[in-house]
Amino acid sequence: MPPRLRRLLPVLIIAAAVVLLPFGLTSAYQIRVATLVFTGGLTVIGLNLLMGYAGQVSLGHAGFGGIGAYAVAILPTHFGVHPLLAFLIGITAAGLVAYLVGRPILRLKGHYLAVATLGMGILIAMVIQNEAAWTGGPDGMQVPRMELFGWRVRGAETWYWICGAFLVLGALLAVNLIDSPTGRALRAIHDSEVAARVLGVDVARAKLVVFTVSAVYAATGGALLAFVNAFVTPDIAGFLHSVELVTMVVLGGLGSIVGSVVGAAILVVLPQVLTVFHEFEHLAIGLIMIAVMIFMRAGVVPTLAARFAGSRA
Amino acid sequence: MAELLQFLFSGLTVGAVYALVALGFTIIYNASDVVNFAQGEFVMLGGMGTVFLAAAGLPLPVAAVLAIVMAVLVGLGLFLFAIQPARGASPVTLIIITIGASIALRGAAQIVFDKQFHRLPSFSGDAPIHVLGATLLPQSLWVIGGAVVIVIALWGFFSRTLTGKAVLATAANRLAANLVGIDTRFVVGLSFAVSAAIGAVAGILVTPITLTSYEVGTMLALKGFAAAMLGGMGNPVGAVTGGLMIGLMESLGAGYLSSTYKDAIAFLVILGVLFVMPGGLFGAKSVERV
Repeated sequence: MPPRLRRLLPVLIIAAAVVLLPFGLTSAYQIRVATLVFTGGLTVIGLNLLMGYAGQVSLGHAGFGGIGAYAVAILPTHFGVHPLLAFLIGITAAGLVAYLVGRPILRLKGHYLAVATLGMGILIAMVIQNEAAWTGGPDGMQVPRMELFGWRVRGAETWYWICGAFLVLGALLAVNLIDSPTGRALRAIHDSEVAARVLGVDVARAKLVVFTVSAVYAATGGALLAFVNAFVTPDIAGFLHSVELVTMVVLGGLGSIVGSVVGAAILVVLPQVLTVFHEFEHLAIGLIMIAVMIFMRAGVVPTLAARFAGSRA
Repeated sequence: MAELLQFLFSGLTVGAVYALVALGFTIIYNASDVVNFAQGEFVMLGGMGTVFLAAAGLPLPVAAVLAIVMAVLVGLGLFLFAIQPARGASPVTLIIITIGASIALRGAAQIVFDKQFHRLPSFSGDAPIHVLGATLLPQSLWVIGGAVVIVIALWGFFSRTLTGKAVLATAANRLAANLVGIDTRFVVGLSFAVSAAIGAVAGILVTPITLTSYEVGTMLALKGFAAAMLGGMGNPVGAVTGGLMIGLMESLGAGYLSSTYKDAIAFLVILGVLFVMPGGLFGAKSVERV
């Protein structure tokens, strides 16, 4: 396979999945679930850039998703801002917050970074939860419909294609970022921060760039999710959602773009399927997470890819 | 003055619980480098277990002991069936495993117990004790006293017994400990059992005050983790100090600033401390682990 094609392979796989899926999906409900996978997958690709390539864990990433989601809810509702503009403001704001918070936070290492991002995420979630006059508090709030050139953007299928397009675009940008000088710097940091610094890599800057980029991904995913549901609740920014995102990254595979989407798919689809066993849903999800981590330590996609490659050789 | 004293009392009570959860994090982390996010579930198991065993007709002390035994068994199960098979995995993978365990335990508790809130009767009555105009619940004394007893017992265990020293040696250097004949697998298993027991005791002591339900573990685990980091991960003195500090900050913040943002105050202070001291208050470099 030529290197250029090999590099773009994850993008092509994801694009093929987005285009082909509707042929297999029969109901509007299934289309909706696939759309949720796309918005989640976009967020997870961003977080995977941070975790898989730079080796930094964030336990507060849902906070950025919350900024994006509440921007498209609050700005049009309270200030009459056009949803599209609100969308742009939201993801810019998330990027800005990440840039400002990232400077001091990213000096921390390992578990200390984890607890700092955790604190940041909880602060964002708490503001959303408590400023009920603006956010509707724990009950959440409506997201006004997007209207473009007199056409109201609605319907499960419309959002399927919009979110699918964003996912493919996100994968494409991620692949290019990984291949850029910043991406190479990140991989060097992952292997050895000291060695990277000796080679002249600006470690602090590279980490800050990827942290900001991953926040923008999360905010985009959050805002799209808010549009799709036409409703937001504080859960979107909560700690449990942050944990869910980290779990999606690790389940799918650290450093794997396709894995990010697969990880999101597993954790979005699984609860939908398991509602059949409603009583045992959480018990089953927990046990499945443990089993996958024990038997597919590198994550589902890298493990299967290695097994597939092994059986051919 | 009376008001301040009141806030200090309630802060020390919750703080003692956070301190015990943080100690549980610290003990497992030192022995095995695992950050156990299921630590809060041990607290839940202690409280819920006691409630249900007592409701089944057992006397409270018997129910409490059985609940602790149950939590210890769950802790050992977590080690044997989830942590041990994944040895050598990356820290993030291990964290996901403990998060999976915490979700599974919460799910199991929903089925075995129920989704309601429960409380236990106070151990020695509800007549408040008056101190300089402030009131103190007898149960608060149980919580604080229980935490003090556990801390002293742990200190004795680590400094006076051979097994305790084996744990210290394993924490300092697992390979070296193995080479001098210490069964490090036993030590790690023991640390899970001890952490589970401490968590369960904390859950039993605090349930008469704060109530319990299948999902109380999550927030406790967060606060306990934060407390352990605030003190400096792996340092038991730091864990206890961190726990008490977070309890006091919350209580004072809720009293004097804003009760809706009491959790925010604790996390803001943690962020502030970490910016100035990236290794926590008792930075790992200057103090020996365990």
